[in-house]
Amino acid sequence: MDGEIMKQKYEPVIGLEVHVELNTKSKMFCSCKAEYFGKKPNTQTCPVCLGLPGALPVPNRTAIEWCIKIGMALNCDIPLESKFDRKNYFYPDLPKGYQISQYDQPFAMNGSIEIRNRQKAIRIRRVHMEEDTAKLVHEFGNQNAKIKDQKYTLIDFNRSGVPLVEIVTEPDFDNAQDVKEYLQKIQQIVRYLDVSEADMEKGMMRLEPNISLHVTRNTTHGKNNVSPVTSHLLPSYKVEVKNINSFKYVEKAINFEIDRQAKILDEGKTPVQETRGWDEKKQITVSQRSKEEAHDYRYFPEPDIPPFEWTDKKLLELRGQLPELPSKKLERFIKEYNLSSYDAEILTREIQTADYFEEAITVSKDRNVTPKQLANYIINRKPDLEKTLPVQLVQNIIAASKTATVDEKHLEKVVQDVIIENTKAVEDYKKGNEKVMMFLIGQVIRKLKEKVDVNIIKSEIERNLK
Amino acid sequence: MKLNELTIAQALEGLKKKQFSSVELTKACIAQIKKHNREINAFITVCEEGALEQAKKTDNLASKGDAFRGKIPLLGIPIALKDLFSTKGIKTTAGSKVLENYMPPYDATVVEKLKAAGAVIIGKTNLDAWGHGSSGENSDFGPTKNPWNKAYVPGGSSSGSAAAVATDMCLGATGTDTGGSIRTPASFCNVVGLKPTYGRVSRYGIIAMASSLDSIGHLTKTVEDAALLLNVTAGNDSHDATTPIKEVTDYTKKIKDGIKGIKIGLPKEYNVKAKIDSSDIKIFQDLGAEIIDISLPHTEYAVACYYIIQPAEVSSNLARYDGIRYGSERQNFGEEAKRRIMLGTYTLSAGYYDAYYKKAMQVRTLIREDFIKAYKKVDVILAPVSPTAPWQLGTKADDPLKMYLSDIYTVTANLAGIPSLAVPCGFSKEGLPIGMQILGPQFSEETLFKIGYFYQETTGWHKQKPVMRVKKENG
Repeated sequence: MDGEIMKQKYEPVIGLEVHVELNTKSKMFCSCKAEYFGKKPNTQTCPVCLGLPGALPVPNRTAIEWCIKIGMALNCDIPLESKFDRKNYFYPDLPKGYQISQYDQPFAMNGSIEIRNRQKAIRIRRVHMEEDTAKLVHEFGNQNAKIKDQKYTLIDFNRSGVPLVEIVTEPDFDNAQDVKEYLQKIQQIVRYLDVSEADMEKGMMRLEPNISLHVTRNTTHGKNNVSPVTSHLLPSYKVEVKNINSFKYVEKAINFEIDRQAKILDEGKTPVQETRGWDEKKQITVSQRSKEEAHDYRYFPEPDIPPFEWTDKKLLELRGQLPELPSKKLERFIKEYNLSSYDAEILTREIQTADYFEEAITVSKDRNVTPKQLANYIINRKPDLEKTLPVQLVQNIIAASKTATVDEKHLEKVVQDVIIENTKAVEDYKKGNEKVMMFLIGQVIRKLKEKVDVNIIKSEIERNLK
Repeated sequence: MKLNELTIAQALEGLKKKQFSSVELTKACIAQIKKHNREINAFITVCEEGALEQAKKTDNLASKGDAFRGKIPLLGIPIALKDLFSTKGIKTTAGSKVLENYMPPYDATVVEKLKAAGAVIIGKTNLDAWGHGSSGENSDFGPTKNPWNKAYVPGGSSSGSAAAVATDMCLGATGTDTGGSIRTPASFCNVVGLKPTYGRVSRYGIIAMASSLDSIGHLTKTVEDAALLLNVTAGNDSHDATTPIKEVTDYTKKIKDGIKGIKIGLPKEYNVKAKIDSSDIKIFQDLGAEIIDISLPHTEYAVACYYIIQPAEVSSNLARYDGIRYGSERQNFGEEAKRRIMLGTYTLSAGYYDAYYKKAMQVRTLIREDFIKAYKKVDVILAPVSPTAPWQLGTKADDPLKMYLSDIYTVTANLAGIPSLAVPCGFSKEGLPIGMQILGPQFSEETLFKIGYFYQETTGWHKQKPVMRVKKENG
């Protein structure tokens, strides 16, 4: 259906559950190695993560502290009392018949996170700790006569018991693009905290949106006979979408689901409350489980793990260990180094780049290289930061500018002159004709006495055209 | 006296003096098992070969001199394990067909500790399947019989352990006590049973019944032996998050210090004066203890509370036996396990949780507080173990509620997480053993041993042994 019409008639209501696997050394409740990617199946197991009779869970302190740090980074309250609960359900990937999770006393709750293009921050309902399940590997056919030409499933317990943090938002999203941005933020934050690689393709970060459509009041499409709802009420159903295993498909899957539900609503029906799975091959969502089969998880406090009591001192200590978070760093870079928000955003995207940049600043002091130059060099030349030491980088910049020491004030004046003198070309450029840039650069070079790096001229023109 | 009839303390002395070897001691136990197990059904698995091998090893170690003994405190002592304790390479059934062929790949912490202390694992004892029962009749491997009268129940769920100790098939045996499963069989078979403080002994590797109530203890011939075993099994375990880091004292050290000045409470709700002989109470007074009447007002709700919390945890703990991995379908669960799975699943379900489980947890807090208040006035509490003497096999088997009510005096200690020591205190008019329990505050085992020891030494009830006759196989 036409996106614009849809937007008028229906407003998507989207809440998210994001699972993040922590990269602790050991698993959540035993001392088996937590890193399982690419490991030979069932080589990292013990009685605890196999759920053998008599085995008991002993909580991983580091994982819990990291979970709390994620909560802190998402501006959550950290309750002084917390506990684990058992979530009882049957599935072949769950060897104990229950998952150790948190029900009514998560480690963190009531947080928020800001994303671009939104007035209101996204509210975080809770951040809790649980254990990952084993991994089911579905196969078909085998040499073995018993399963020849048959479907069968193998279970790899290497993943069983890996620490998993679940971040749940309020239903505050109304479009797929924001969801993607939120996910990128979460990924950035956990990477800053160095608690997870959060690689979606490797299953280290998983997204489960629940999506419904809210019928806006002033719909004029009377033929559909959809009863209007008041705007503060949530829709009477919601659809959970699982198996979105790649950043690439986040928007696609959500938009598919929005369109699917809109069509049902257009027919005057209400979508079924259910769990659907994203089918990557067909690029559609398919029904997995309906409401009638919904679980009653029979939560109760995990008797094998005593409840937790935090002291203010302990929480303060954890807070003190938090690194400067991306949003703060971005703000500071703009202020302290006089960078454009665009440059600062690129430099702070990954903490490694930001750290590198600041190291380079330290070594470039007294060497007449400005932060702006460093930023330009890193952003435009894209040097391999892992192979180039900051000192080297600074030397490279100095070497490059020896032939072209720029008097920045002079350069700025020349650029401004060229812009004034070439109004037609500037207009063309602003309309999107990027070829004109080369003409403008040529004009600047002609007026300059000394030789200046083309990139520096280019970025100076761009800066002045903003 | 035959070697298998010795207490642990006596056997250690004899081994030390080289009066006999561990192999001889172990052989005597195995001979006794072979003679009587067919009738009593105390053992599910007998580890004859392994035990003799282990005994030989300990004899070799012992020959290296006495220096070893301090570090290896149970060197050469044959011990039986309730079949809930995971034993690497020895089948562990939980008394259920569901685990009929389950071979654990690891040892429970207690088993590791016992082995490290030089104990010889002689076999795995019978029990009510999964620990579900007060009589020993719920085993999928047939009921254990009371050695004092084979028409009677031995008490459960540690039925095989109690019967094995009572009949000298081993020198001591481990047990688990979730609502009386050590104390009831101990009192029905005239042996000593210790239910330690919750968390004092690691639960790791012991098949869970109800995780917040399970207490790991043992059954022995004397109170001193109970202290000797606790010396080995107690302590923090990095595999069990519910075991506090709390020093383990030598529990035998003060055992003979006397009970002068100790305050003993008699709770009116436990009907103590009707169940325990007034002469027994006088014994304590004669030894210098003070007797004080007390009240534990929430006792009447204990059984109801227990039979909500326990099945709830049972239903969750038994979920892993899902028919996929242990080679046995869920319909192989016995009636009692099915009953508890259904009860627990129901009380934890949405809409019922608040009315049942949550309420029961609140009552549990009140019961715990009853004891905390009482222990401000008294050092220990004296109570009967069972409201009745052992009953005839089959008489309560079809009435679960009647069976549950037999736990009335034992479940409170589990709900409160406190220790209790059951000691023999005489015989019914049918000639069947009766026991009483001494309950103390958390981690007061040392005091309990002191009191139990003096009572035992004064009365000598524990020295009475059932008369064992072997039926001739060919008439």
